[in-house]
Amino acid sequence: MKYAFFPGCVSRGGAPELYPAVIKVCDRLGIELEEMYGASCTGSGILQEKNEFLGDVLNARTFAMAERLGLTIMNICSTCQGVMSQANKRLKDNPDRLREVNDILNEEGLEYKGTAEIKHLLWVMVEDIGIEELKKKFVRLLPDLKLAPFYGCYIVRPSWALEFESHPGREDSLEALIEAVGATVVDFAGKTRCCGFPILTINEKNSLSMVAKHTSDVQNLGADAMVTPCPLCHLNLDSFQPKAATQAGIKIHMPILHLPQLIGLALGFTPKEMGLGRHIVSPKTVEKKIADITATRV
Amino acid sequence: MQVTLNIKRFNPESEQPFPYEEEFNVEVEEHFTVLDSLIKVREEIDESLTLRCSCRASICGSCSMRVQGHAKLACKTKIIEVMDSEKRIKIEPMTNQPVVKDLVVDMKLFWDKIRDVRPWLQPEGPEPENEYIASNEAMIHLTGVMGCIMCGACVSDCTVLEVDNNFLGPAALAKAYRFVGDPRDGASKDRLKELSKYSGIWDCTRCYECVEVCPKGVAPMERIMVLRDKAIVAGFDGNYGARHTEAFSSLVEHSGWLDELRMIPKTFGMFNPLSLGPLMGMIPVGLRAFRRGKMPPIFHKSIPGVKNVRRIFKKLEARK
Repeated sequence: MKYAFFPGCVSRGGAPELYPAVIKVCDRLGIELEEMYGASCTGSGILQEKNEFLGDVLNARTFAMAERLGLTIMNICSTCQGVMSQANKRLKDNPDRLREVNDILNEEGLEYKGTAEIKHLLWVMVEDIGIEELKKKFVRLLPDLKLAPFYGCYIVRPSWALEFESHPGREDSLEALIEAVGATVVDFAGKTRCCGFPILTINEKNSLSMVAKHTSDVQNLGADAMVTPCPLCHLNLDSFQPKAATQAGIKIHMPILHLPQLIGLALGFTPKEMGLGRHIVSPKTVEKKIADITATRV
Repeated sequence: MQVTLNIKRFNPESEQPFPYEEEFNVEVEEHFTVLDSLIKVREEIDESLTLRCSCRASICGSCSMRVQGHAKLACKTKIIEVMDSEKRIKIEPMTNQPVVKDLVVDMKLFWDKIRDVRPWLQPEGPEPENEYIASNEAMIHLTGVMGCIMCGACVSDCTVLEVDNNFLGPAALAKAYRFVGDPRDGASKDRLKELSKYSGIWDCTRCYECVEVCPKGVAPMERIMVLRDKAIVAGFDGNYGARHTEAFSSLVEHSGWLDELRMIPKTFGMFNPLSLGPLMGMIPVGLRAFRRGKMPPIFHKSIPGVKNVRRIFKKLEARK
């Protein structure tokens, strides 16, 4: 099993614990990764505000590189997934647009034929490996953990880009993974809402209100931690949680796990190996529960 | 087929005026909509059930409510498409607006915001002798947004309004686009100036909730993105929203990927006295991140082949 690996910007920037966790998890699962060093940022939806076509050209450039490798793209960010899926849909549905894009890519000797597939690590786990196969590889179940899913907007919306009809398992894939590691899902209405990160520097008050709302909601429901496939959500929910709690005038302590960290813990990696020590909100309570669990071979 | 409707109810005139959930089992036909089933409940089980509806054909916009957690027109939503595996459907009033009774909300907030964007044409120059003429080509991009039936679904599910009811919101901003984009309107610049202020276009999180729930394909968020671009082009680029977009774009153009360390000072502006507060506010967050080894790299390396990314930027920004 081999993928063209698109790590995105944040896993090598503000969330540096994510990248090595992904590499370790994929290695243990036998997933080979060919990193796309020359691929650019997707535009994150921000570039698309100014110039959607420019965003499509940049993403088509990445798709053309993956086509050349003959590999499906694997990314590790809900925003990257959504933005690339949207661009791909526009290009696949509109031959004229694709031709126009290729006129520009040709100058670099690239051509996008419209065949790229883009999958978040979450979807790779659920669709390509499969929950049952994953369970066989897990060496440590985490039955004492109560975990709240938090998807990140762009991996659930807009639905026209995300192929839910042909892949119905995607809509509750995070819950399926939480259950697969033996943990209890803490369901809450905010799991598909916005974390507030996109407006952090524009309207910090609102952004922090969203952080406080989601983290305190799941705290009140008894969650030990939240799990997210989106590093941008992680940045806001984790790094800005202390500030959000101060603004809201309430006590919040809600550890936020990156999705691959959760998988890694079930695969037997230590919290340190998964970079949990780098989080702003200490996941000590989670670590303690994991330490208390006797390693169990499934 | 029997389905179970779990309806959130509220009667302000009851002795205990708190919201509660009531379960109704109702026999429905396969073609039934959620509205059909609610009317059946009202006619056969509990006549006190309160809801708004009129046309039953997705035109009047009266019957918006939350079905299985998302705002929908009850008359456009078929039971078999939304019921879960146990044939249950959760029905609640719209959110972000106060509930009057059961499934009816007070839409004052919605209408106030629509009024705030001055939803009428403000032509400039002398009045023509006959009608104002607009070509089909100049109006075609407005047809989608003119399809708005003011149902309030987008306002109900807006993630920003959930935490801040000062935000103009998706419906009003889509309405604003309808007039900014009208070739007969003479107040576009003035409108864009107003919309660029706090609580306007830059407060949207781009979460796509409004696009997803709109029953008429108005896609409010996409209109807001066009308004942002128009505002920057019109010169309203000094606010943090516009600066954030420009900073992001120039950083990606420069190295091919985002230099997060420079993003915040570039957005706020290092020498802008008004930015001192926000910049200082970021220091504790930065220090915490530094202590945990979470800082982005100080020396940000460009991606291999970045010259091609720069070429694409140069070419397409010039073309625009």
